[in-house]
Amino acid sequence: MKVITSDVLVIGAGLAGERAAIASAQAGLDVTMLSLVPPRRSHSAAAQGGMQASLGNSAKGEGDNPTVHWLDTVKGSDWGADQEVARIFADNAPIAMREMAHFGVPWNRVEGGPREVYIKGKKTTIVEDHEKEGLITARDFGGTAKWRTCYTADGTGHTVLYAMDNLAVQLDITIHDRMEALSLIHEDGVCVGAIVRSLRDGEISAYLAKATAIATGGYGRLYGESTNAIINEGTGSWLALQTGLVPLGNMEAVQFHPTGIVPTDILVTEGCRGDGGLLLDVDEYRFMPEYEPEKQELASRDVVSRRMKQHILKGKGVQSSYGEHLWMDLRHLGEEHLTTKLREVYDICMYFIGVNPIKELIPVRPTQHYSMGGIRVNKDGHAYGMKGLFALGEVACWDMHGFNRLGGNSLAETVVAGMVVGEKIANYAKAAELNANVSLAEKFAKEQTDLIAHLLNNKGSEDVYALRDEIAELLKDHVHIFRTGEGLEKAVNGLKAILGRIKDVKVSASAPGMNPELSQALRIEGMAKQAYIIAKGALLRTESRGAHTREDYPARDDKNWLNRTLASWPAGADEPEFNYEPVGPLDLPPGDRGYGGGQMIDMDLTLVEYNAKIDAEQSALGKHTTSEPTGVRLPKEAWREESPYKDAK
Amino acid sequence: MARTLTFKIFRYNPTKDNDEPHIETFELEETPRLNLFTALHRIREKQAPDLMYDFVCRAGICGSCAMMINGRPTLACRTLTSDLADTIELYPLPFFKLLGDLSVDTGVWFHDMAKRLESWIHTSKEFDPNAEEERMDNATANKIYESERCIECGCCVAACATAQVYPDFVGAAGLNRIGRFLFDPRDTRGDQEWFELVSTDAGVFGCIGMMACDDVCPKDLPLLEVFSYIRRKMNSGVKIAVEDLQVS
Repeated sequence: MKVITSDVLVIGAGLAGERAAIASAQAGLDVTMLSLVPPRRSHSAAAQGGMQASLGNSAKGEGDNPTVHWLDTVKGSDWGADQEVARIFADNAPIAMREMAHFGVPWNRVEGGPREVYIKGKKTTIVEDHEKEGLITARDFGGTAKWRTCYTADGTGHTVLYAMDNLAVQLDITIHDRMEALSLIHEDGVCVGAIVRSLRDGEISAYLAKATAIATGGYGRLYGESTNAIINEGTGSWLALQTGLVPLGNMEAVQFHPTGIVPTDILVTEGCRGDGGLLLDVDEYRFMPEYEPEKQELASRDVVSRRMKQHILKGKGVQSSYGEHLWMDLRHLGEEHLTTKLREVYDICMYFIGVNPIKELIPVRPTQHYSMGGIRVNKDGHAYGMKGLFALGEVACWDMHGFNRLGGNSLAETVVAGMVVGEKIANYAKAAELNANVSLAEKFAKEQTDLIAHLLNNKGSEDVYALRDEIAELLKDHVHIFRTGEGLEKAVNGLKAILGRIKDVKVSASAPGMNPELSQALRIEGMAKQAYIIAKGALLRTESRGAHTREDYPARDDKNWLNRTLASWPAGADEPEFNYEPVGPLDLPPGDRGYGGGQMIDMDLTLVEYNAKIDAEQSALGKHTTSEPTGVRLPKEAWREESPYKDAK
Repeated sequence: MARTLTFKIFRYNPTKDNDEPHIETFELEETPRLNLFTALHRIREKQAPDLMYDFVCRAGICGSCAMMINGRPTLACRTLTSDLADTIELYPLPFFKLLGDLSVDTGVWFHDMAKRLESWIHTSKEFDPNAEEERMDNATANKIYESERCIECGCCVAACATAQVYPDFVGAAGLNRIGRFLFDPRDTRGDQEWFELVSTDAGVFGCIGMMACDDVCPKDLPLLEVFSYIRRKMNSGVKIAVEDLQVS
């Protein structure tokens, strides 16, 4: 077996992974990056809209600052976020944007003078400050008090990823692409690297390192219908889960977007409805005003998605060979609007589904979009329960998003976490010794080669693609936008039955090399177990918070559920273990988000009482000591200086 | 009435002993709005579990899935079967190393290209986290972005006559990358440095102007405009070099 050693191993070479690898390389460490695909093909490239950072250069961003950004983020999270981590993020986001400009991102810039924009459906003229000419500009996004989202046209993820990868090439960072980590190598609670399968020739190798970082993105593809790239199958979170020692946080917190197109589930922007687009059912009847007389098509994402699903369940969906969907009608907006203001949407519809939105209806349905949950890490990005293991980006539960993330905050998180956690990884690796225990690596490698041999030679009859589809069906049917105890029970029982069938998966393709069927078979246990944790976590959480909506428990329950779900799967156990920890230091007291309505059950502790128990309870669940004490990055009550609190009595 | 499509797919697994390149035929019922992403997955999952190809974003953004579709290099994810005849021939992109069936190693080639062209901002300035960002005219940012939109799918190189006979040629993607950094005021490379880097047959003078790249680019990059700009720049580079020679 080939053994490759480095100071730092980074699994996943999207934006978060590359930025962390760069931090270690700049610190003089030897870094190896592994990726399922060439780095520039990572899902980071698909992000279009932009990155939130309170630079405050555009006219509609005037008065913005990290405190306002932090306030929006905490409210967006429905108070599920770690407020200190959200603050670290908001404070560093402007620096990260400027650094990316230094690395070569052609951010769109402020042009001084008047310009016409649409605000709340009305054409309005705003005047950009000539003094700000040439600084990074920003556009509007949901859930924000200011225009804060920095962008390069509608290719932000692409340009930032290309600038980042250019720097990785310049620094000569080793990248081994088409490689899949199958398991972590660890001993006595310390991670020493990973067992890796080449997707070129199937060879198994061991990568040993002083520090290992996972940055593999989300688990959206468990849902089948997802806006995510097809590689986002939860491979990185499975690496952590299968150690039995590292918990996954808030896996039931899953974001859905109302308008993925059918088939392909590619996203079309919320701007379609912002510009006057309508949602229609099988009878071409406009149904939203019935459910939401006030907001209609422009209620919040979770509300619109919920109503769409409800309407489909009533039998009003449109049947197609790709499953049921609804329609979006943009025809009345006219050709000029659709080929200029909504040109990207026009192109996507024309190329991908052969639909001309000037003349035809666009098939849409609510679609899984983002994974708030992931590998639970402390504020340094260090994984609970295992030394030398870090996680960052969408795969991590750091946790700045809580139960709902704001648009523009995830792409920004990748580069901010890459910068902040990247430095902690480098510091850890500098102080650590390499454990080049090859017999340990061989032991872990043997588990994988035995599993591969079993999959290729066993007498089982389970088809891996059918199992994958069954998992997706259960999540789609019962762990989607709206959830009930009864439905979640069905999902949990169904997934339990699937778990029992995993051992009978049979790979029929026996040719050496890439063997895509074998790759899928090697992932299926992780997919099934994570799906189980999502469903069980959602069943146990008897409240509604952010994207987790329980019809049978509609209130946000801060008395009993102002906490984070931690799920781990002890080695050999039939069931995962669920624990709950405080969300982190509270500075902004739980309150109304200012949108979305809903009931609240107040917490019965004071903030001081709540904050006093954080360290002990989190440490008991595996949190490592952080480089700085809990709470020091959270300036006390800075929010009192900002609207709407400033003027409050 | 639904058509039955016939797929003639190039098959070859270089890791398998005694495998020979061959064409395998599959039949598939066409469904409404079927694209090649979905069609190939259906073939793999029901008929050919070892079929190799690459998709990632399946949204025309990541550049993974370029292949020869009825003889023309393009992105498979956004190709609808309704735009094709009953028989669809699929081959891997030429020029790039074949990994198996329809999968080619574009990633390593583009990584190498980035290294050869030093595809990064050359500057002696250090980043100052406390300073305001350096200002840039928005028109300049848009111009850089226009070339930065390349998704490294490899269609241009696959379609290039020069690249097929001269494997060191950086291709349209490479020339476009040069343009991207020439347009960027943050990059301090002077004409002389660019001239030494790219004024060779592997670089800007390798192009014989047939412009098939321009025909096949799925992103409609302004390749013709970029090439003209680079050539003008490099011709001024030649002048500088000759003057230097006369002085010494």
